[in-house]
Amino acid sequence: MVAVKRVVDYAVKIRVKPDKSGVETQNVKMSMNPFCEIALEEALKIKESGLAKEVVAVSMGPSNCVDTLRTGLAMGADRAIHVEASRDLVPLTVAKLLKKLVEIENPGLLILGKQAIDDDCNQTGQMIAGLLGWPQGTFASKVVLDKEKQVATVDREVDGGLETLCLDLPAVITTDLRLNQPRYATLPNIMKAKSKPIKKFTLEELNVEIKSDLEVVQVTEPPKRKAGVILSSVDELIDKLKNEAHVI
Amino acid sequence: MEKLRATSSLRRSLKSILNRQLSSVSEPRYLNGKRSCQPTFNLIRDHRNLGEANPILYRCFSSVSTVVQRNPSFSTLNPDDISYFKQLLGEKSVIQDEDRLETVNTDWMHKYKGSSKLLLQPRTTEEVAQILKYCNSRRLAVVPQGGNTGLVGGSVPVFDEVIVNLGSMNNIISFDKVSGILVCEAGCILENLISFLDNQGFIMPLDLGAKGSCQIGGNVSTNAGGLRLVRYGSLHGNVLGLEAVLANGDVLDMLGTLRKDNTGYDLKHLFVGSEGSLGIVTKVSILTPPKLSSENIAFLACRDYSSCQKLLMEAKRKLGEILSAFEFLDIQAMDLVLNHLDGVRNPLPATMHNFYVLIETTGSDESYDREKLEAFLLSSMEGGLISDGVIAQDINQASSFWRIREGVPEALMKAGAVYKYDLSLPVEKMYDLVDDMRTRLGDLARVIGYGHLGDGNLHLNVSAAQYDDRILEQIEPYVYEWTSKHRGSISAEHGLGLMKANKIYYSKSPETVKTMGSIKKLLDPNGILNPYKVLPHSLNS
Repeated sequence: MVAVKRVVDYAVKIRVKPDKSGVETQNVKMSMNPFCEIALEEALKIKESGLAKEVVAVSMGPSNCVDTLRTGLAMGADRAIHVEASRDLVPLTVAKLLKKLVEIENPGLLILGKQAIDDDCNQTGQMIAGLLGWPQGTFASKVVLDKEKQVATVDREVDGGLETLCLDLPAVITTDLRLNQPRYATLPNIMKAKSKPIKKFTLEELNVEIKSDLEVVQVTEPPKRKAGVILSSVDELIDKLKNEAHVI
Repeated sequence: MEKLRATSSLRRSLKSILNRQLSSVSEPRYLNGKRSCQPTFNLIRDHRNLGEANPILYRCFSSVSTVVQRNPSFSTLNPDDISYFKQLLGEKSVIQDEDRLETVNTDWMHKYKGSSKLLLQPRTTEEVAQILKYCNSRRLAVVPQGGNTGLVGGSVPVFDEVIVNLGSMNNIISFDKVSGILVCEAGCILENLISFLDNQGFIMPLDLGAKGSCQIGGNVSTNAGGLRLVRYGSLHGNVLGLEAVLANGDVLDMLGTLRKDNTGYDLKHLFVGSEGSLGIVTKVSILTPPKLSSENIAFLACRDYSSCQKLLMEAKRKLGEILSAFEFLDIQAMDLVLNHLDGVRNPLPATMHNFYVLIETTGSDESYDREKLEAFLLSSMEGGLISDGVIAQDINQASSFWRIREGVPEALMKAGAVYKYDLSLPVEKMYDLVDDMRTRLGDLARVIGYGHLGDGNLHLNVSAAQYDDRILEQIEPYVYEWTSKHRGSISAEHGLGLMKANKIYYSKSPETVKTMGSIKKLLDPNGILNPYKVLPHSLNS
């Protein structure tokens, strides 16, 4: 099972809303979170190597999440699940919802992107592993499955280098940038995706409350960098260092 | 440094030291021990050996049709001139430094090199006017220069013309958010204008691979086409006004910002595409289209050229108003890009296809456009027009598709020597020329075809390890004659510059060219603006 998130496209220039309540998302290109793409690619690779039967893509949010799920299906996922929710969900809620879905679907492996590029939380994978009591391999840069022994060997990218873990399945893996390069959605697959099923769940059905303990108070841009000045002589440089920067 | 010895039949190679200091191109020839006062410009072609230990080989040749003589009526610079310019522009804008001159004397393809001794960088229109007035009175030849990304040798001096580079005039003067009319100075770099407009919710009507360096003044002076012409039309339609300085220093203020103005002869069109030979463009007022939110791009594979054509017809019909770019490249071009450029992935790795087509749509409603595009592609696939394809799912994937198409010229440069031709031909006949050239050249060189299929513009490139006259013989004048026979244009968007200065008759009638000559004589009687280029040399005599 792969969880994917619909976020503002990575290459878009972000603008903060004038009321500082968040980032401008109207009329802005949205796509699948890059790390989620990598997660999906990894799942597809595992399925293609014969170690998995099917790949299920999951997304949570308003109705336009279906676009992201269609992309996932076009890349090669077999089925998709859409949890309908009207508000932005915090990682803990997502983790609780995923737990319910895992109980319904019983996947052998849960793969997520390490973090979403809109909130940079890096929490969902870890939280769901905790809730399920499953082992977790985060920041994966290499995943090798052994079906017989039912373990996954995961290379993790950590500050000091690479750490290799051996996880008993079922497990949670979150993907990092260097794991793989996501495939393009080919036309034949895009056409096939139109007929693949997307199952819808509501929050009531899953019996999860979305009361959030966090409230976004303000969103502001970082302070603007002042433009550099080109000086034309050493005297000017000394003058600026002395009188403006006060360093000499 | 070895002196250049030229004799009449001329095919020589010149070994030189690694720092490419070209030697005595414009120094007088020594004939029989006596000084000849007419230096000859030899077309220098060089081959850059990348990663090899061999010293760089220079191959100089001149055939009868390309020997250009320096016009003896032009004066040469003297110290009084230099001090006048220094006084007029300030020390910083008068450059005589060898290293900097080296760069501005050489064109982007490293095919043409002049020997100018002076680079001027004016900051205002007034300064440009004073420069030209002075040069006109002194009969000093001038080369207007922008980003120096031209591909026909039009932006660099042929001999020792003074280079007037407009790069310092890079202010955006005004922008009207309601009408989308942008007024800016000629030295603004296209990419900077694109970023500025992006913040305002608009885009430039033209887009080309050279956008990081090319300047709008140059784009206007060469009537640049680019990737979006099929949607937004040519600069003749989008430029609402411009300010130009004539050879005698007169400033023509035609900087209107009106969509409609039928008062008198519309002279600005003379300057659009005249490649700096009628006047120096100093300000431009251009109509910019609004930035539409939904951009979709598909990279497709076709089995043969006739499928590409049919696809184009279908696209224009089914995608209609949202189609914003339609480009094609053949298998050799794709091969070249994949081999020579870093970080480029083949979007259709399963097999290599004969032709690749890139279709971009821009519209205001994401889901509507997506549906339209998918429906079109599905029906084309079912109809056998497309053998495979991918649709970009996010902006990153979209840029990577463009990188492939925009990277072809760069890949060609890295592959060695390249003969570049830019032709407008009827769409049905376009690829016949490529096939013909392949037969003619056989094993001598690789022929690559790519271009703006949507506009009927073929970029025919012949790639070889080194420049070789045998290859050139097979190409010219065959390519021009072929084009002429089909009433095509020998230069669709690159312009004539130096490379095709004498070739205009392949695409224009003698009477037309004669009238062009009269206009040139009227606006630039001393012929100081960008001499030796655009119009045939025979017109000057």
